[in-house]
Amino acid sequence: MVQVLDPLLIIALALNLVALGVSRIRGVINAVALQGILLGVFPLFMHDEIGARGIALVLVTIALKGFVIPWFLVRAMREADIRHEVTPVIGFVSSVLLGAVGTGLAMAFSSTLPLAGAHADLLLVPASLSTVWTGLLMLITRRKAITQVVGYLVLENGIFLFGLLLLQAMPALVELGVLLDLFTGVFVMGIIIYHINRQFDSISTEHLTELKE
Amino acid sequence: MTEVLVLVGIALAAASGFFGLLFRRDSSAGQTLCTSIAVAGALSGLAGVAWFFATGTSRPINVPWSLVEGAAFHVGLDGLSAFFLVPIFLISLLGNVYGLGYWKQSEHPTTGRKLRLFYGLLTAGMALLVVARNSILFLFGWEIMALAAYFLVVTEEEKPAVREAGWIYLVATHAATLCLLGVFGLLRGASGSFTLVALSSGSVSPGVATAIFVLALVGFGLKAGIMPLHVWLPGAHAMAPSHVSAMMSGVLIKMGIYGLVRVTSLLPDPPVAWGGTVLALGVISGVLGVAFAVGQHDLKRLLAYHSIENIGIIVMGLGLALLGRSLGRVDWVVLGLAGSLLHIWNHALFKALLFLSAGSVIHAAGTREIDHLGGLARKMPWTALAFLAGAVAICGLPPLNGFVSELLIYLGLFRTLGFGKEPSLAGAAFAVPALALIGALAVACFVKVFGAVFLGTARSQHADHAHESPRSMLVPMAVLAGCCLAIGLAPQIAAPVLAKGISAWAPNVPSVAQQLSSLAPLNWISIMGVLLIAGLAAGGALLSMRLRRSVVEKGPTWGCGYVAPTPRMQYTSSSFAQMLVLLFGWALRPRTHRPKNLPLFPRQGDFHSEVPDPALDEGLLPAFRFSARLLSWFRVFQQGNLQAYLLYIFIALVALLLWR
Repeated sequence: MVQVLDPLLIIALALNLVALGVSRIRGVINAVALQGILLGVFPLFMHDEIGARGIALVLVTIALKGFVIPWFLVRAMREADIRHEVTPVIGFVSSVLLGAVGTGLAMAFSSTLPLAGAHADLLLVPASLSTVWTGLLMLITRRKAITQVVGYLVLENGIFLFGLLLLQAMPALVELGVLLDLFTGVFVMGIIIYHINRQFDSISTEHLTELKE
Repeated sequence: MTEVLVLVGIALAAASGFFGLLFRRDSSAGQTLCTSIAVAGALSGLAGVAWFFATGTSRPINVPWSLVEGAAFHVGLDGLSAFFLVPIFLISLLGNVYGLGYWKQSEHPTTGRKLRLFYGLLTAGMALLVVARNSILFLFGWEIMALAAYFLVVTEEEKPAVREAGWIYLVATHAATLCLLGVFGLLRGASGSFTLVALSSGSVSPGVATAIFVLALVGFGLKAGIMPLHVWLPGAHAMAPSHVSAMMSGVLIKMGIYGLVRVTSLLPDPPVAWGGTVLALGVISGVLGVAFAVGQHDLKRLLAYHSIENIGIIVMGLGLALLGRSLGRVDWVVLGLAGSLLHIWNHALFKALLFLSAGSVIHAAGTREIDHLGGLARKMPWTALAFLAGAVAICGLPPLNGFVSELLIYLGLFRTLGFGKEPSLAGAAFAVPALALIGALAVACFVKVFGAVFLGTARSQHADHAHESPRSMLVPMAVLAGCCLAIGLAPQIAAPVLAKGISAWAPNVPSVAQQLSSLAPLNWISIMGVLLIAGLAAGGALLSMRLRRSVVEKGPTWGCGYVAPTPRMQYTSSSFAQMLVLLFGWALRPRTHRPKNLPLFPRQGDFHSEVPDPALDEGLLPAFRFSARLLSWFRVFQQGNLQAYLLYIFIALVALLLWR
């Protein structure tokens, strides 16, 4: 199991760095969609007995993260006539470097955590932490509202990874709830992006500073 | 019985204003009903107090209150509470009646109901805090009082100056409450409960006791207006309607004194430094308060500074009593506290009288500027007489009441010189010349006010068209003047009440009443007062007889023999006070604006002088501006930038993760 999971996790980590380093929004969305599909497959390898409910969860996850939400984002890009470049606050190279440093720190940190024996050897916890880190990094360093949505997606992926540890304990309902949250979040952000675009002729969240005080 | 009557009084006072809200804006039935209920409440309260003084019995009411752990609706009367209740209910009663004529509902349809509502609440809040035996209940009454007073100050909120005065008051009162929270928190720590009971000697460490004392001095001093904590007082008193000023100056600021007296009565073994500090603060407030008063042009602002002066005198008496407790000198305690307490009553009476007569002047002339008034004694003889009575009383001149209380403090201060073997503190005797200076400056100030406002000729159209006020305003003034005269001529009637107050403050002083009568020559005061009045009457009769026989030529006042005198040639308030203002220039920092580079043939020019409050203008406001500049560094963090806010969350998350 570890033999299958760890390479997949490493791919997911690499996708984090790709999402940070790619300059076109389409590329970022694609990377995150791929990560979503990858994550959706994980439960199949995690436990021996998965059951019909597990299969359904896998399918819904893959459909939402891999296809529906990315399609939604691409559509929003087209509709709002968004230019294709990511506009970061800090450069791509520094973003990638920060992401790498974060991944390293996550590794170091998770080795100090008191984990159950079954999970201690897995890369799951460091991968989850570093994905959360990547998501936050994207949220903080990207100007456009649409990339912020992608940041939330990555953040959720990280949480999902951590949730995998608890799949047995965590009812599917909770996971579905998280997915629903995410879906609503993306939906709302889509509407907000549309309105920011209408109001400011741009979807950069920097214009929101005009609203302060 | 006592407590029930007082509580009924409080409830009626609190409820009085609400009935007015049920009536239409322009109907005068509401004001009549409100005033009747408020008067009934005040009478009930006064009856309760009279019952207490007559029988001396008090049955505290203690009902648990689930608001906070340890809170209770615990009310009871002792000598001090009853003493302070008298001015609260008396001034409230008279102020309500006065308001009928001064702030008629028909003339002030938008503010009248609000004013009556908060007037009642102010009375109720003050009475509640005075009878409270639980510190939570005390704070409850304190805040009702503070907020009701705020709304009273901003009655005419459409004027920017009124709003500014209200803001300053609100800031000051909140600062005071903050200190009080500290006081009662520490007291609870020392005594173990929120009940206000005297701490036994040794139950509280000297450091904690001093912390309680200092916090109480700042918190209650802010409310009382002790210099330099008086910053809110002149503005708030000047901007409020006059019967509100009378209530605030006569009673509200005394609540600060009540708090100080109450807390010092709870703390055991005061060190000498406490009494010394209080005495020194009293001297500073007294001297500078009256010095600032001399420089004012605004009638009510001037009276407000006199409140600071009189608070100074009251605090001097309290300081002397504290010193007496530290050094075991019973005579200092008795004379100091008797003078202090009696001055509280007296100041409530004569300052209310002065504010009400000032209100009568403002009502008639429509201006508070002393330099726009003049010659009002002919148009408003009764108001002039009432103001004169108040002025004589506040200057501490016999035969009125101010003289009695100041004499008691004088007698006490002289005793600090120490004859014989008892412990003495000759330094405290330096307060005697200060008290004399205060009295002399007060006389100068009121000569200026009375001369400029009531004598001479009218300086403006306003003053020229003035008319005497209605009876509803004159009767309260007459009652107050009568009380001033009664205490001035027969201070013996106040002596047993004072004795009760002193025993409540210092329970271990034996047979206070006998001590007081042996230490203070109250009978001589009566005899001298009667003789003085008889002498004045005889002199007056003689003068009028002589005037009737001789030819009298009438001319304009301050005409000085000129051919064509005009009202502008009269002494103005600033020219009269100029010498004294310059004498105190180091503290007052007067500002004058005069034409520069006068040519040989003078053009039209103007002269203007003012005495702003340096504690506010040069102390507090720059300090606030500085801290605002300092804190503006933190605005860097308010970017309005989504990414920056997310970064803060991120930093907080990482910090939490790395914690430990």
